[in-house]
Amino acid sequence: MRSEPPRPGSLRRRLTLTLIVGAAVLALLFFLVVRTYAQQVAQQSQDRILEASLTSLLDAAVVRDGQIELDVPYAAFAMLDTGADDRVFYAIHQGGELLTGYDNLTDPPFALTPSAEFSTRPFNGAEVRRATLTHSLPASPRPVLLTVSVAQTRDSLAGTLLAISANAAVFGTAFFLLAAGMALWTSASTLRPLGDLAKAVARRGPSDLRPVNRPVPSELSPLVTSLNSLMTRLSHSLTQSETFIAEAAHRVRTPLATVRSHAEATLLRVDKDENRQALRSMIRAIDESSRAAGQLLDHAMVTFRGDQLVKRDIDLVTICSEIVDRLTPVAEMMDLDLTLSSQGPVRIKGDTILIQNAVRNLVDNALKYSPPEKGVHITVSANPGATIAVTDQGGGFPEAQIGLLSQRFQRGDNVKDTVGSGLGLTIASDVAEAHGGRLELKNLNSGGACAILHL
Amino acid sequence: MRYFALVILTCLASALTAADLEDRQLFQGASSQVTLRVISSTDTDVFAPILTGFLARNPGISIDYAVAGSSDIVTLISDCPDCFDVVISSAMDLQLKLANDGLARRLSDLDQPDSVQWRQSLFGFTLEPATIVLNRAAFAGRTVPETRQQLIEAMRNDPEHFRGKLGTYDVRLSGLGYLFATQDARTSETYWRLMEVFGSLEAQLYCCSGDMIDDLARGDLFVAYNVLGSYASTRPDLRDRLAIITPRDFATTMMRTVLVLDTTRQEGAATDLVAYLTSGRWADAGRPGYPLQSFDGGDTSGLNVVTLEPGLLVYLDRLKRKLFLEAWSSAVLR
Repeated sequence: MRSEPPRPGSLRRRLTLTLIVGAAVLALLFFLVVRTYAQQVAQQSQDRILEASLTSLLDAAVVRDGQIELDVPYAAFAMLDTGADDRVFYAIHQGGELLTGYDNLTDPPFALTPSAEFSTRPFNGAEVRRATLTHSLPASPRPVLLTVSVAQTRDSLAGTLLAISANAAVFGTAFFLLAAGMALWTSASTLRPLGDLAKAVARRGPSDLRPVNRPVPSELSPLVTSLNSLMTRLSHSLTQSETFIAEAAHRVRTPLATVRSHAEATLLRVDKDENRQALRSMIRAIDESSRAAGQLLDHAMVTFRGDQLVKRDIDLVTICSEIVDRLTPVAEMMDLDLTLSSQGPVRIKGDTILIQNAVRNLVDNALKYSPPEKGVHITVSANPGATIAVTDQGGGFPEAQIGLLSQRFQRGDNVKDTVGSGLGLTIASDVAEAHGGRLELKNLNSGGACAILHL
Repeated sequence: MRYFALVILTCLASALTAADLEDRQLFQGASSQVTLRVISSTDTDVFAPILTGFLARNPGISIDYAVAGSSDIVTLISDCPDCFDVVISSAMDLQLKLANDGLARRLSDLDQPDSVQWRQSLFGFTLEPATIVLNRAAFAGRTVPETRQQLIEAMRNDPEHFRGKLGTYDVRLSGLGYLFATQDARTSETYWRLMEVFGSLEAQLYCCSGDMIDDLARGDLFVAYNVLGSYASTRPDLRDRLAIITPRDFATTMMRTVLVLDTTRQEGAATDLVAYLTSGRWADAGRPGYPLQSFDGGDTSGLNVVTLEPGLLVYLDRLKRKLFLEAWSSAVLR
């Protein structure tokens, strides 16, 4: 009877996927940021060295007779030594004329610059980073413009970048894997209370409508509150309907008794056969109605007492012999033999009234479905567990329906012509369950039905 | 056959670059398929044992070995970059400039320590200190100087004894002499004082170590400064007459370097040769007292080894060179 709600995807999968995609994006971002930053830092440090080399070249320049003399310091080039042995180029111009160094390294115009200018360009078959600075040297009759360029290939820089990129990639991947693992763990642990709650609710018995009291995360508390309120309303409405049924049955039973006594009185007074026949049918119908109302009452009572079961020490044999005493006249009227067998008292903890009700309904059923001049037998035994078995020699239960018979208002297909409410077995089953037991129905090999109350 | 090829090659060489090449010889491999064209500043007879050792291991390669001065090599290569495959020179600065200007091919397969290679394209394979070589007879009864300072004092104490008997490189002509001079000047001011004394005593100037050693042996020179000692020690006939001093104050030491030109079509064979040279396996192939010393197992402590770094380009700068030669000339040429 359980129906599955439609599923628009898994919450856990969605959470995990979001976290993992987020981690991947962050890892990629980390890689790119580190790489860009490393590139800037590496470029800056190369630029600082080129600038220092430029400065040392400019410092060495002097003007003699209008001609620049430049005693290149050894350090100017030695400082450009790198781990990757980068190639070094330079050019020194006086007023746009190449004094020394590599031609075509510096482009015109050779105009004054406030500070070193850096550019990356191809030169001599390689990509180089070039620093250029133009100074004005005081001389007579007019100052001399000195342009110095120093350039260096970028092999070492590329090597540094590659190493940093490789490291960043390793760290990024490790970060991603860690984050992915944490995403799996987080989504599992976040959704665990939800699963636990669902399991706890699913584990409950069919009539367990107590509110859920387990601690839940604050996000789940609205759901639990709603669930509790739903269960309270459901329980309340169930109680109301039980009460209503009991009240209705009670109200119906008393007028029925009055109608029955009137019918009996009338039966004594009428002589005509057909009238007597009609009156007997009427009395029989009234009996059945009254019996059904009684069973409805019994059922309501069993439900009520079962919910608030008070267990006392009782003896099943005593209870059964009382029932046998009370029902023997009825059985005799139907030409049936009602017997009880037991081996000493069978003591359990339970509710006398409930068990009386259950046994009476079972015996009632047995008497009703037994053919005349046969017997109904009650067996009380303590092994392997307290049981009360009621057997008859009637047609037995229909095999195909044996599992459904204890449900409310279910009746066997083979007894359509016999009156009955379908509540008797339900009452017996409810009583057994209220005592932590069950009702077992089976057919005897020798013919006849057997209902066993396991308590 | 070998001589025939030699004749043809010599004719060809003289037709091509007669003015610059000092020598050109073909070393024929046993089953030669490729010919490697090597231009070198090292004399053929000095280098021949190394080449023979290489050809014994690599019979499929022949070597066309041309000799030129280290400065001429640069001119030859810039005139005709396709004419050679491998360049071997003692002028580290000129070699570094060739590599810096992108003329050398990177040989990534060779695993050499940083101190003896630059950009995986320039490889040092010998370790040769510049020495002071003395004529023993001229120092009979005198203290043999062990440092530049002691040499200066010896000459000042008896100027007339040494006048006209001092020799050193003419740095204007010799690439190696220029390298030694600039490195000396960079290391210590003593160099300039020594050159002042040389100048005042009418020092003789030479293009090459060999000539200086010959003159020392003959007694025309008493002292030769910044000579490759290895050249002197190769001549067993001179061992008694010459004293080779590695200065204790500092000994400027150069590496003979090799590079493969980027225009080469014989990279495999060229790489084999570079690998052979840098392996140092040739060292035991030479006779005892062989002039070239592999740095394999060589002790560099106390040696002022010229490092392969961009700083070497400084003294090749036109203005720097002009200033240095002016200073040198004013000291040495009176």
